[in-house]
Amino acid sequence: MRTIAVAVLVLVAPCALAIDAGRAFDDPELQSRYEEIISEVRCLQCQNESLKDSNAFLATDLRREIRRLLGEGKSNAEIYDFLVQRYGEFALYRPRLSGKTLLLWFAPLLLLGAGAVVAVRVVRGRMAMPLDADAEDETDDDGRQVQVTDRP
Amino acid sequence: MTLRYLVPIAAFAILIPIFIIGLQRDPSELPSPFLGMPAPAFSLPSLEDPTVTVSNNDYAGQVALVNVWATWCIGCRHEHDFLLTLAAREDIPIYGLNWRDAREDALLWLQQLGNPYVASAYDADGKVGIDWGVYGAPETFLIGPDGIVLHKHLSPLTEEIWQRDFVPKIDAVSGN
Repeated sequence: MRTIAVAVLVLVAPCALAIDAGRAFDDPELQSRYEEIISEVRCLQCQNESLKDSNAFLATDLRREIRRLLGEGKSNAEIYDFLVQRYGEFALYRPRLSGKTLLLWFAPLLLLGAGAVVAVRVVRGRMAMPLDADAEDETDDDGRQVQVTDRP
Repeated sequence: MTLRYLVPIAAFAILIPIFIIGLQRDPSELPSPFLGMPAPAFSLPSLEDPTVTVSNNDYAGQVALVNVWATWCIGCRHEHDFLLTLAAREDIPIYGLNWRDAREDALLWLQQLGNPYVASAYDADGKVGIDWGVYGAPETFLIGPDGIVLHKHLSPLTEEIWQRDFVPKIDAVSGN
């Protein structure tokens, strides 16, 4: 029992070193906005981590800047602007809709539409075919084959 | 009937170059939103002497390089010799942005390896780095005489990269 308890403690201990442990703001509203923003922003140094998850020093710096901007009473949109101005839309996990990101946002819909068009055309084509179309194809092929071999 | 075979072949022929190009691009190299825009203003203490200020005004009116470096950055060590060569040619002033570094380490580095910089700004907390959209080192910005960012390079500089990416842009703005 004691061994298990020790093992659990050892395993859990690193959590105490979690990134930015403790609250950044006393005001619960600011704190929740802060947490929302840092989970929406990519750490540019290790691109598959959000600012919230990353312990890269750039993430530490950016979290500090975001805390400063929040403290200055900036809105979420202003803070996203601040980051996009410096690092581009790529910094946001959900890039905002603009001329540049239009294709990015609507490409899935376009592909789905193209797929639907193809599917409809294939189904229509099949419906127009006689029921034993495949069988006819085969006899056609056989016919041609016979002709070729019969040629002197 | 031929269309039925041509369409997939055509789609394949279009996709393959897209994939080849996509695979050859380095996803860690991000385009800078500052390209063609004025470089952010800054004013920082000099690395060598904290009482002296290094700012964007120092290179106003001339084509200049701003090179982001740090002693913890291996790539910076790799490009250092080239920076020294470039500085010796005296074609273009190189300004250093010493990024998130310890002052003593940085001074020792310059003392041991040589100093290619006209001046190095000391950005201890990385604030100017953020303003410039820096996310790694080395990064090198080519700044035009009007303060516009002409080019940004993200890996250690070499003669080849210099001739290919920088020289034509410098020639274009200096009217050669």
